[in-house]
Amino acid sequence: MSQSTHVPHPDLPPPSASTGVIGWLRANLFSSPLNSALTLLGLYLIWLLLPPALNWLLFKADWSGSDRSACHGEGACWVFIKVRLDQFLYGFFPAEERWRIQLSWLLAVVGAAPLFMKRNPLRMPSALFMLFAYPLIAYGLYTGPLFGLPLVETSQWGGLMLTLTIAVVGIAGSLPGGILLALGRRSKMPIIRSVCVVIIEFWRGVPLITVLFMSSVMLPLFLPEGMNFDKLLRALIGVVLFESAYIAEVVRGGLQAIPKGQYEAADALGLNYPKAMGLIILPQALKLVIPGIVNTMIALFKDTSLVIIIGLYDLLNSIQAAAVDPNWLGFATEGYVFAALMYWVFCFSMSRYSQALERRLHTGHKR
Amino acid sequence: MSKLQHCALSAAILLAVAGTAHAGATLDAIKQKGFVQCGVSDGLPGFSYTDDKGNVIGIDADFCRAVAAAVFGDATKVKFTPLTAKERFTALQSGEIDVLSRNSTWTSSRDSALGLNFTGVTYYDGQGFLVNKKLGVKSAKELDGAAVCIQAGTTTELNLADYFRTHNMKFTPITYDKSDESAKSLEAGRCDVLTSDQSQLYAQRIKLAAPDDYIVLPEVISKEPLGPVVRHGDDEWFDIVKWTLFAQVNAEELGVTSKNVEQMVKTSTNPDVKRLLGVEGDKGKDLGLPNDWVVKIVKQVGNYGEMFDRNVGEGSPLKIARGLNALWNQGGLQYAPPIR
Repeated sequence: MSQSTHVPHPDLPPPSASTGVIGWLRANLFSSPLNSALTLLGLYLIWLLLPPALNWLLFKADWSGSDRSACHGEGACWVFIKVRLDQFLYGFFPAEERWRIQLSWLLAVVGAAPLFMKRNPLRMPSALFMLFAYPLIAYGLYTGPLFGLPLVETSQWGGLMLTLTIAVVGIAGSLPGGILLALGRRSKMPIIRSVCVVIIEFWRGVPLITVLFMSSVMLPLFLPEGMNFDKLLRALIGVVLFESAYIAEVVRGGLQAIPKGQYEAADALGLNYPKAMGLIILPQALKLVIPGIVNTMIALFKDTSLVIIIGLYDLLNSIQAAAVDPNWLGFATEGYVFAALMYWVFCFSMSRYSQALERRLHTGHKR
Repeated sequence: MSKLQHCALSAAILLAVAGTAHAGATLDAIKQKGFVQCGVSDGLPGFSYTDDKGNVIGIDADFCRAVAAAVFGDATKVKFTPLTAKERFTALQSGEIDVLSRNSTWTSSRDSALGLNFTGVTYYDGQGFLVNKKLGVKSAKELDGAAVCIQAGTTTELNLADYFRTHNMKFTPITYDKSDESAKSLEAGRCDVLTSDQSQLYAQRIKLAAPDDYIVLPEVISKEPLGPVVRHGDDEWFDIVKWTLFAQVNAEELGVTSKNVEQMVKTSTNPDVKRLLGVEGDKGKDLGLPNDWVVKIVKQVGNYGEMFDRNVGEGSPLKIARGLNALWNQGGLQYAPPIR
């Protein structure tokens, strides 16, 4: 007698209504009457808004041509952006000197690339290069005489190049400044502590727009006649001081989140103050506050557009200036859309980088 | 003489002496640095804006070029500082710029309290009205009951209310923050009429889809004389800037243009032209300039009419009629004292 082995039926497939596209739709979009209604409303809104937007942005837009006559007025006229693109990127930097900006950007990308990759032997040299050599090289390329190139005055700087310059100097200056202020504020030495508190509270208490305004309208009145500080330099100093105060408070939040035991452990190891801070406290504290720091930096990047009120031609202002050219009156909308896109690209990249950084440094409290 | 009077007198003399010693300092400094530093607007159609090659264009910018042509004989020896409305007077007071040519209205408080001197009027502006031709309105006095688009927070609102009250008319104000918005809403028919300075109205008109359907009404309801400004305390420089404009207006009146100026130098028999162009007399030298200063100005920048046409008039997209800015003998207000 042969024994028959029981062969179970193969599993039935799940009901077709709960798998695939339909299943996903039912689970996520139509799970209840309310959800169904909201879904339909959402689709209706998209149908209402998206086609006109796409028509304006892409399908009915004018792309080719070189003057106003190329614009037919049904959609956006990107010819305006095309014609003025160089000005939006480089401001009034002389055309034959623009390779200097391009070179500096290329250097930044190549120089910083190892920092964005996984551990590799080039990380340290690359970091040192970007921190110490690059600012000098960029300064030399932008202004000129340092490398024997023709002088380009800061009044000719503009466009995206100026926006990036202000943002990068602001970030690079305010991060160390902010860390020092935060440490100072938590110091046990009364004079240092009160000085830091005063600086932080003063700069945090005034709007950036007044700082810029004072730097350009009030300062010249106090200086002796004929002595003119560079307008851009004045603005840069203002931005760095202002942002340092914000970073200081973010970093202080991180310092306070470190348990007291860590401080005591550092002391118990016999570490002096710089070592305790540099090896034990700050690495943990800074890691905690990456989102806060990046938040401040994204805000700073967008705040650079405030230099418009002191007549510096950053990205946004050079777009506005181009929009008052009588040959191109009425194309401000295209300009603003372009500006929004540029700002978004940079801010979004910063945000992605910070998330990657958080993941990489997330060694301690993984949950 | 009492002791106090004596004191006051000597102080006055001291000030006067210091004043004369100071006169001409601006011109010397300009000659030394090799260019005129000129404050212009950060972007106003027709007055000063940058083209796609980065050149500063406009009637305000061209006036600076004329000053440079007068001082150096070279209209390119000028550097422009774009200034916002709030910065402009500080930049002049602090010596950052030598002359401010930035569509600034000449008012008594600016001329006196701010320590500035307006050197003349490059453009007689004033508040006007832009309407759709379909409305069939020929004069602002027919605007009773109109919905009027205004920009918020300017004296425009005040002038408008005054004008309608004096003429016993009613209106509905619709206020906007941005000039782009008000142009759009005129187009959409949300208001019947748009009010602003006339020079702005012509710029607004270009933004509309069908500019030819709209007209600027003839009435001007406020006085906005725009002109170049210099600092108090240097009369020689004040004279140079003042007479640069007068020379351009005189050149137009006498029919001297950038095309015929060299011909005129050689052939003109009109004594006025001869004095203007420095063929006779030392009018330039008296100002501290070369005698052929007007030749250089007219040759390189043009007379007043050419400067006007090229930047804001018929030769520009704005197509502003001469109106108040026509010469005095052609029904306008542009009048220059004679050079003699």
